[in-house]
Amino acid sequence: MLQAEQGEWVQIYQVILPAGERAPQVPAETAGVPLEMWVKGFLVEKQAQVGTDVTIRSLAGRLLQGRLVAINPHYEVNYGFPQPELLTIGAELKVILEGNGNE
Amino acid sequence: MSNTSYQAVIARKPEIIRKATNIDYAAFESGGIGFDYERMMNQVAYSLDKIRQIQKEAGVGNTPLLELKNITALARQLAGPGKGARIFIKDEACNPSGSFKARRASVSVYHAKQHGYKGVVAATSGNFGAAIASQAAMRGLKSIIVQEVFDSRGIGQPEILEKTRACEAYGAEVVQLTVGPELFYSFLLVLEQTGYFNASLYSPFSICGIETLGTEIAEQALVATGRKPDAVVVTHAGGGNVTGTARGLQRAGCESTQIIAASVDLKGLHMASDFDFNRKSFTTGHTGFGMPFATSPDRADVPRNAARPLRYMDRYVTITQGEVFYVTEMLAMLEGLERGPAGNTSLTAAFALAQHMGRDEIIVVQETEYTGAGKHPSPQLTFAKKNGIEVRRGNPLENVPGKAIIIPEHPGQINIKDINLDRVRQSYLRNALGSVGTGTLHPQDIEFLAAETRLEAAIVEKKVREIQANL
Repeated sequence: MLQAEQGEWVQIYQVILPAGERAPQVPAETAGVPLEMWVKGFLVEKQAQVGTDVTIRSLAGRLLQGRLVAINPHYEVNYGFPQPELLTIGAELKVILEGNGNE
Repeated sequence: MSNTSYQAVIARKPEIIRKATNIDYAAFESGGIGFDYERMMNQVAYSLDKIRQIQKEAGVGNTPLLELKNITALARQLAGPGKGARIFIKDEACNPSGSFKARRASVSVYHAKQHGYKGVVAATSGNFGAAIASQAAMRGLKSIIVQEVFDSRGIGQPEILEKTRACEAYGAEVVQLTVGPELFYSFLLVLEQTGYFNASLYSPFSICGIETLGTEIAEQALVATGRKPDAVVVTHAGGGNVTGTARGLQRAGCESTQIIAASVDLKGLHMASDFDFNRKSFTTGHTGFGMPFATSPDRADVPRNAARPLRYMDRYVTITQGEVFYVTEMLAMLEGLERGPAGNTSLTAAFALAQHMGRDEIIVVQETEYTGAGKHPSPQLTFAKKNGIEVRRGNPLENVPGKAIIIPEHPGQINIKDINLDRVRQSYLRNALGSVGTGTLHPQDIEFLAAETRLEAAIVEKKVREIQANL
C-alpha cells in the first residue's frame, strides 16, 4: 500500500455532484457521470495511505479534504510524436517561396 | 456554516458575486433589457493612462509588432496581381505569462490588491489562469484557478494540463474538474469560502486591460509603415479580445480600421458534452464560445458582461483546426517564431484575408501565445489520433469537427468562411427578447439593442416586432 508522509506533495479527489444530480441543462452523456474534482497540496496528516480521506494545505494555503489518490503526481504533458502530416510543410513552403513550385 | 448544496449555492449567486466583484452592477441597469454599458466602462474601469502605468509596473504590454515578411511574400505568390497586404503580428507571447491575458489579469489583480482582497479566483481553463497566477505572484496575492480539465475517464486535454502546470508554477492552487457547466458552482463556493476577488474575464477591469493592445497596435503600425492598420484580426472566443482591442483602436483614432473576428470552426460539438470534450484540439478561440458569447454575452460569471463583441466586429470569419496547425508550422518554419496554435487562429485568417487586400495595405494579427509541452501541434495531434480523430493531409473543406482534422496540402487551400453577421444579430435580438417575451420595450431598450447590434433604431424596432409576432 502506498503511503504518504506529512508535508509530501499529494493529490486529493472528491465527487462534487454524483451522476443523476447534475445541472438540468447538461447533455445526457454528462448527466450520467459525476462531476469530479482533483486538487494538489501538502499532506497535513502525519501519515496516510492512498485511498483514505486526508487533509491537504493547497498552494493558496487552504485546508481541503478528500480521498488521497496520488503522491507527487506526474505531469503528463509532453510533446507527443512528431507528426508526419506536419513534418514536410516547412520544406514545401520554401519551395513555393523560392518560386520552384507549380504557381 | 451555510448550506453548500448545489441549489443553495446557486441561489446565493447574486450576493456572492457582489462581494467578490466589488461592483454595484445594479447602478447601471435601466430596468429593462438594456443597461448603460459606456457609463459602466467609464465609471468602473481605469483610465488608459492608469492602465498603462499598472501594466508597466507589472512588466505587461509593449510587446513587439513584427512584420512577417516571408509569410507576406508567400501570400503574395498566391494572391492576384497587386494583391497581398503586409502582414504584421503582435507578439503577445512576450508578456510575463506568455499571452495577452496578462493585460486582462494585470488590472484585475491591481484592483483586488487596492481594495484589500487577500487573493483572486478565476474560472478558466485557458491562458488567463496563468496570467492571474503570475500577476498575483507579482503583487503578493493568493490565487485559485478553477479549471475544466478531464472527461469522465480522467483523460485531460493536453493544452489544459499544461495550463494546470503553469498555474501551479506561479503558485496558484488549481481546482481541476471534469466537464460541465457546474464548474460555476465550485467557483462560487471557492469565492464564498475564501472571500477572494472574482477576477472575471468579463469584468470592466479585464476588458479595459486589453485596450492598450489596441492603442499599441495603432502606434506601432504607424511608426513601422506610416499608416494606420487597414484591418486587425482578433481571435474570438468570449468576446473580450475583440471588445478591448477594438476599443483601444478607437481611442487611438483608428475608426476606419476593420475589426475582423476569427474563430476555429467547431460547429456540432457540444461544449458541455463529456463525449465531445476530448474530440476537439482547440480549447478556446473556437465557435463553441464565439457564437454564444456574440449572440448572448450576459452568460458570464458577472451580471453584466463588459465584453460586447457584436458592438465591435465588422466581420466574423472561421477557419478549421487543420489550417491553424498548418499555419503554426508555417510561422515556425518561415518566420522562426514557434508559438502556440490557439493564438495562431487569427494569423490563419489573416493569411487568407491578406490575399484579397492591396499590397499597400496593412493587416495586423493582434496576438501570439507561448507554446510548450501539451500546447503545441505535435502533442495536440498525438492526442487527437489517440482519441479516434482522423488526421490527414487534404482539402480543408473536408474538415469535420470532432471527426477529421485536415492539414492542407497547399497554402492556397487556406480559406476563411464568412459568418453572416445579420443572422448573428437576429439571434442576438431573439435571445435579448427572451426575458420580456411579447412585452413592450422602453425607448432606452431600443437604443441599447441598436448599440449592441449596430443597427438603426427603426430597424431594431421592426425586427423586434417580427420576432415578437412569432413568439
